[in-house]
Amino acid sequence: MEPEIQTEFIRGTSLWRDAWRRLLKNKLAVFGLIVVALITLASLTGPTIIKRTFGFTPDYIPIGQPKLVRSYPPFKGPDGEFSWKHAMGTDNAGRDQLARVLQGGQISLFVGIIATLVSLIIGVSYGAISGYAGGRIDNLMMRIVDVLYSLPYVILVIVLLSMFRSQTPRGQLILLFVALGSVSWLTMARIVRGQVLSLKNQEFVLAARATGVSAPRIIFRHLVPNTLGPVIVYATLTIPQVMLTEAFLSFLGLGVQAPFASWGSLTADGIQNIAIFPWQLIFPGVTMALTLFSLNFLGDGLRDALDPQMRTI
Amino acid sequence: MPSQSNQAAAETLIAIRDLRVHFNLGGNRVVKAVDGVTLDIAKGETLGLVGESGCGKSTLGRAVLRLTEPTSGQVLYRNHDLAHLSRRQLREQRRHLQIIFQDPYASLNPRMTVGQIVGEPLETFRLARGREAEQRVQELLETVGLSKRFIKRYPHEFSGGQRQRIGIARALAVDPDFIVADEPISALDVSIQAQIMNLLEKLRREKNLTYLFISHDLRAIRHVSDRVAVMYLGKLVEIADAKTIYLEPLMPYTKALISAVPVPDPEIEATRQRIMLEGDVPSPINPPKGCPFHTRCPYAIDVCKEVVPQLVEIKPAHFAACVRISPAMPHIEEVPPGSAPGLE
Amino acid sequence: MILLEVKDLRTYFETEDGLVKAVDGISFQLQRGETLGIVGESGSGKSVANLSILRLVPDPPGKIAGGEVIFKGQDILLLPPDAVRKIRGRRIAMIFQDPMTSLNPFMKISKQLMEMTQLHLGHTRAQAYEHAVKMLETVGMPDARTRADSYPHEFSGGMRQRVMIAMALSCEPELLIADEPTTALDVTIQAQILELIKKLKQETGTSVILITHDLGVVAGMTDHVIVMYAGKIFEQAKTKELFARPGNPYTKGLLRSVPDPTAEQGKLYQIPGLPPDVAHLKPGCPFAERCERAEEICRREFPPFVELTPDHHSLCHFANEVYAESIESSRG
Repeated sequence: MEPEIQTEFIRGTSLWRDAWRRLLKNKLAVFGLIVVALITLASLTGPTIIKRTFGFTPDYIPIGQPKLVRSYPPFKGPDGEFSWKHAMGTDNAGRDQLARVLQGGQISLFVGIIATLVSLIIGVSYGAISGYAGGRIDNLMMRIVDVLYSLPYVILVIVLLSMFRSQTPRGQLILLFVALGSVSWLTMARIVRGQVLSLKNQEFVLAARATGVSAPRIIFRHLVPNTLGPVIVYATLTIPQVMLTEAFLSFLGLGVQAPFASWGSLTADGIQNIAIFPWQLIFPGVTMALTLFSLNFLGDGLRDALDPQMRTI
Repeated sequence: MPSQSNQAAAETLIAIRDLRVHFNLGGNRVVKAVDGVTLDIAKGETLGLVGESGCGKSTLGRAVLRLTEPTSGQVLYRNHDLAHLSRRQLREQRRHLQIIFQDPYASLNPRMTVGQIVGEPLETFRLARGREAEQRVQELLETVGLSKRFIKRYPHEFSGGQRQRIGIARALAVDPDFIVADEPISALDVSIQAQIMNLLEKLRREKNLTYLFISHDLRAIRHVSDRVAVMYLGKLVEIADAKTIYLEPLMPYTKALISAVPVPDPEIEATRQRIMLEGDVPSPINPPKGCPFHTRCPYAIDVCKEVVPQLVEIKPAHFAACVRISPAMPHIEEVPPGSAPGLE
Repeated sequence: MILLEVKDLRTYFETEDGLVKAVDGISFQLQRGETLGIVGESGSGKSVANLSILRLVPDPPGKIAGGEVIFKGQDILLLPPDAVRKIRGRRIAMIFQDPMTSLNPFMKISKQLMEMTQLHLGHTRAQAYEHAVKMLETVGMPDARTRADSYPHEFSGGMRQRVMIAMALSCEPELLIADEPTTALDVTIQAQILELIKKLKQETGTSVILITHDLGVVAGMTDHVIVMYAGKIFEQAKTKELFARPGNPYTKGLLRSVPDPTAEQGKLYQIPGLPPDVAHLKPGCPFAERCERAEEICRREFPPFVELTPDHHSLCHFANEVYAESIESSRG
């Protein structure tokens, strides 16, 4: 046996690890990652912490207040003195803004992520199958996508939601997922199909065929993992898109219903009092904006980090 | 390496009969990548398939394994016609027929570890599982000269030569009878080419393999093959054993091909006479009528434009497709101008 | 007379893996009218060396860290960028391996040729066009006048390489650097292109630096040869001398690993191991790991550049011994 030069390491560095290293070098992306992580963490644990510290939940409306209850500005108590209780002030009904913003975060992020996941699963499968099948099947599947694409997306969602108004707020939430997710899979399908088309003639796919690997396994074992780069990037950029759409819908009153709140519905509520109690609008608005562009930075950073041209050969 | 001089005695493993692979480009343009190839590959031999770009050799290799669909013709292997088997039956046969690719960078899935890549065929054909499979993979890696400690590494961490070894290990995993080696060394450095050629030869002896070795590199082909087939524009133009092809080629194309290969010896290079071909390798889209080589052949006459020459046994076990030579007059330089003894 | 003199050229790259010394102190001379061959495998630094001559190394991540490149008395590395641009194409021309990527797919080849002479020789459009057609005829393009107005993709690989040669020679440079010009071509086309380069060299007296990994091409085309490995010159000699009496184990190994078509088949000699990782070179001789006759000293100390004859040098602790063996076997 010819002598092989031994190398010290046994475990290999996968391409993911390489990409992660590259991502960490991108300051903006890391900033985005940290911000998103912090906000997510805060949204998940915040309301509980507030409850423990101050004793109220997001929907707690303090009783025993005079009828014309005012909305308190940040850090001020009922008598105008400094208080830690309401770091973001309160809304018209006296509910703590901070708790509401955090809970709104839960809902907004949840909607964004779940809807994106739905579109990911549908889009990736559809696109991969279409791309691999090729020929007439591919043609047909893509023409369907074209037709769906040309439908006015937002109007469709509005119509859907108006028609199927659910009785419960929870039901409405589920409707939202379905509506939002089922529209954003189209671009994902196209992206994946394009990738699969170019990959399927690569020699490693031919090698798999030559060793008798079945078509479904080729698609999901060989092709899809190699498309994950653009898929992850696109998914990360879909989340903010979905969140914005949800905000818009909530703005129109078609989104989440009380007692659930999302950043969108909070903003919608806040707009009404913008002249007098600006903090009702500023805080949810700024938080949402911060999250959105952090996700965008992260998405851009991921795109650069996963760029196959930078792969070490 | 014993040369297969008496071919009738050796058992034929793969019999290719009038294989054609045509691609329709639409609008009357057809790429006749493989245009009527008939060839026998004997068990245990290395058949070298040589030709320049566009001659169809890679397409032929893939068509034999039905990785590219043949347009017509047969590929007979052990009583099966691979070209006409159902998908299921074909998958069963795939176990015995494997392929090694040219590009060590593209032929391995970058997202799978070496262990997974080499182990996949075992899984596909249910040959081994779990611990047993892992052991088998380690053995395979060692057989091709790689440390078994590399099992968890990814393709991009290896050099070209090592990746090629991984590809070979994968091909061997199912214990095949026949391997198509499609330009296995072209993308490698010179010093590594020798390693891989030696490895392939060693494996052939140890495991009783049969190779179809496709390459444009004449020196390599000459070295590893028992017999050599020369292809031009989709057709076979000459077949002989490796030594004969090099020392006594009959076809003008083969002669030109061999004289074009640079020899690493300044004395020889300074004094040799080269046969220079005019013009370019023609395109396989709508190839010329008659002999595919007539547009560049220094010996072409009118009849060459009309007649498609068949492979004729000009000398024992030495076939050539040229109407201007015949068993009686095998050397084209001696054939009187204007005559075509092969037509009689 | 000496046309080009390279002294101790060093080109380094900053990479994620560390500092890669792609070219680490090479020196050679090129006489007027000569063809110099540079042989090496991947990672040897041969391509980077040539890009360095014309200062075409991408910066970052590469930089020319030291040395001199003296062309007709002037050090190219010290010239201002304008002056270097004037040299490129006009006095020193370069052709690359892949003509597909070296030619602009959106421009007619006549235009690409004309650009050269209009820029460097001050031709008018009409003059440039005539010159372009003449060059295409010189490089053997059939129907040059009609085909001059075609686009690169309408030509085959061999034809495109001829166009590249036409472009390179259109300003009658004194030096042509050809980086693996025929590696991507079929062998019969390769023979045509190499013949063409030979012929043009004779007619115009251009000196040539030919980079290749194919020892056969070196044998047929060059007067002098440099063998590079891991960024260094391992052996340097007249071509005939190198092939007949190599003085370095690496060169010997390379020569033996090319299959000899006239020999009987058998196990082919192979150099064991892999080309070195230039980012992490160990001390001592870079070839020690793979060398048949490596000894302790080879792994410890960097080898000396031994002068075997005034025109033949080898980087090896045992250069004299290896050379003596070669003389023995060439006699027998």
